[in-house]
Amino acid sequence: MSTTIDDPGLVEERPGLAGIWDGWRRRLAQGEIGQLPVIIGLIAIGTIFTILSNGTFLKPSNLTNLFLQIAAVGTIAAGIVLVLLLGEIDLSAGALSGLAAGVVAVLNVNMGIPSLVAISLGILTGTAVGAIQGSWTFSFRIPSFVVTLAGMLAWTGALLFILGKTGAINIKDPLILGLAGTFYSGAIGWILGLVFVAGFAVYVFWGRRQRAAAGLLVGSALTTYLRIAVIVVLVLAAIAILNQDRGIPASLLIMIGLIVVLDLVLRRTRFGRYVMAIGGGAEAARRAGINITNVRIAIFALCSSIAAFGGILGLSRANAVYQATGGGDLLLNAIAAAVIGGTSLFGGRGTVWAALLGALVIGSIANGMALLSLEPSVQYMITGAVLLAAVTIDAIARRGRQASGRA
Amino acid sequence: MTVAERTPLLELRGISKRFGAVQALTDVDFEVFAGEVIGLVGDNGAGKSTLVKAISGINLPDSGEIRFEGQPATIHGPNDATRLGIATVYQDLALCDNLDVVANLYLGREDAAPRGAGPLSVLNELSMERRAIEVLRGLSVKIPHVRTQVASLSGGQRQAVAVARSVMWDARVVLLDEPTAALGVAQTHQVLDLIRNLRSKGLGVVVISHNLADVFEVCDRIIVLRLGRRVGTFDVRGVSQEQVVAAITGAEFGGEAAGAAESGTEVVQ
Repeated sequence: MSTTIDDPGLVEERPGLAGIWDGWRRRLAQGEIGQLPVIIGLIAIGTIFTILSNGTFLKPSNLTNLFLQIAAVGTIAAGIVLVLLLGEIDLSAGALSGLAAGVVAVLNVNMGIPSLVAISLGILTGTAVGAIQGSWTFSFRIPSFVVTLAGMLAWTGALLFILGKTGAINIKDPLILGLAGTFYSGAIGWILGLVFVAGFAVYVFWGRRQRAAAGLLVGSALTTYLRIAVIVVLVLAAIAILNQDRGIPASLLIMIGLIVVLDLVLRRTRFGRYVMAIGGGAEAARRAGINITNVRIAIFALCSSIAAFGGILGLSRANAVYQATGGGDLLLNAIAAAVIGGTSLFGGRGTVWAALLGALVIGSIANGMALLSLEPSVQYMITGAVLLAAVTIDAIARRGRQASGRA
Repeated sequence: MTVAERTPLLELRGISKRFGAVQALTDVDFEVFAGEVIGLVGDNGAGKSTLVKAISGINLPDSGEIRFEGQPATIHGPNDATRLGIATVYQDLALCDNLDVVANLYLGREDAAPRGAGPLSVLNELSMERRAIEVLRGLSVKIPHVRTQVASLSGGQRQAVAVARSVMWDARVVLLDEPTAALGVAQTHQVLDLIRNLRSKGLGVVVISHNLADVFEVCDRIIVLRLGRRVGTFDVRGVSQEQVVAAITGAEFGGEAAGAAESGTEVVQ
């Protein structure tokens, strides 16, 4: 165990694939499972539905639908991940997304305010709500569970109030409808995909070169090539399939763009480091001089802003806002997506990419069940079982980490 | 060389502290020299923690005087202590388990650019990692890799990381609260080696411990508190564990005489 830092334990014991396999096994044994369970689950779910639906599940038109269906919930889940990383919860995100959609609709349709301004004000509504809920939670030291539960009720009421007697508003603005109704097909789709893949590869290789130039340990080159190869294959395959239908949905691009930005903020900035530190040990972070209250309030404001934006994506897809917008299982699906994607409920562990992976799992179950014309009853029960499995895996992994923390 | 000829790195004179009806410290003197390891011992409630909190600026004493390198110093809060170069490592270590060693060493003092970007400034991971390796190597701390999560380190390694974090920011005096509690034999040895390492670098080290075996192994002088008073000061080379225990419990007052001289005046090193 006591190797020196000149003889780092991160170096694979055996060269090539065998060494990578060793590293994976060690990390698994220590509970560093990351996104592995959700990726396995996603492959299993995709395979099962593809077989049961005689291939319909993987058809371009169906995959396009799947991505359109998960854009709103995946976006809201990205905000939920941030709050979960702190070890907190936000139950108001669903109701708030409905309220934001209502605000945009009222401003744009009833009051004739330009759509871009209306969208901005809708997102700012979320920012303000999040800041208030966060301040309330941390100044009065009430569990965020309760404060945001109160928020959920209040913002549901607020949506009913602003919708008034009509109870529904239809959207005709091309910009708002374009969020979910725009597709990038053919060459544009391929160019977007290549830019994404090239950007990722450059980022990874540049990081390796910087480390090597600084005289620091560089991980296995084979692992790096494998990672890039997997990303290239996945992205290009997705584009090839989507291009056979209408192309890449704008809402999918927006969601992935948001996740990329949030991921970089979390992993590369001082603010992101503070968020992870608070999730891993709030007291340690406080003693290190971090203003943990401000960071927490900022994250609540950010989560609510993202939820508001998710609501606007949903508005664009639904063409309208109703009294039930933002209600139903939207919130629960967003939280489930974050957790299924591998975000720990205990705080401090997870990535924003969990939102995309988890939303894909939940969306695939709903989509596949619909293809097989199964009852919603079955769908809810299966989603519940998957969520329970995800949380159980998280808890078991946590035990593995504690056991490997050789005290 | 006698103490009288040298200026202590940190010196407290006549420190008293009262919590309501409880007189926690009564007219306590305390001093630590550069390149010296002090064992601060005493039974529960003897005032060890109160004294440490007075030095680290967490609880301010009611009366008394603090000198740093012979100059009068004021410690009104933890930041004052940090500015003087006094670092405290508490028993719970205050590490973030989910972060790696580099992130923990720099927690709250990240190297990030540009400065104007505030919270959104980008972490300079390369420079932090290089400095972390240098610091740990300088202290001969052995861990698998600086990018290992603290959660997967052993107790001794975690203690070492916590100590490294406290001294890497130009600390002159380090207070260690029960550094070997809950550690196995091998890990205790690692930590004691680390303490000797700090001494050889010219730091003043104060070890608060219940474990007299460890205290005798690593300390130069032992200061005994009992019921808020300093009742004994011993050079480890001239005293037995029984005498120190006697001073701690107050069973036998011969301890002071046997341990040589009055507080603050006996031979060091």
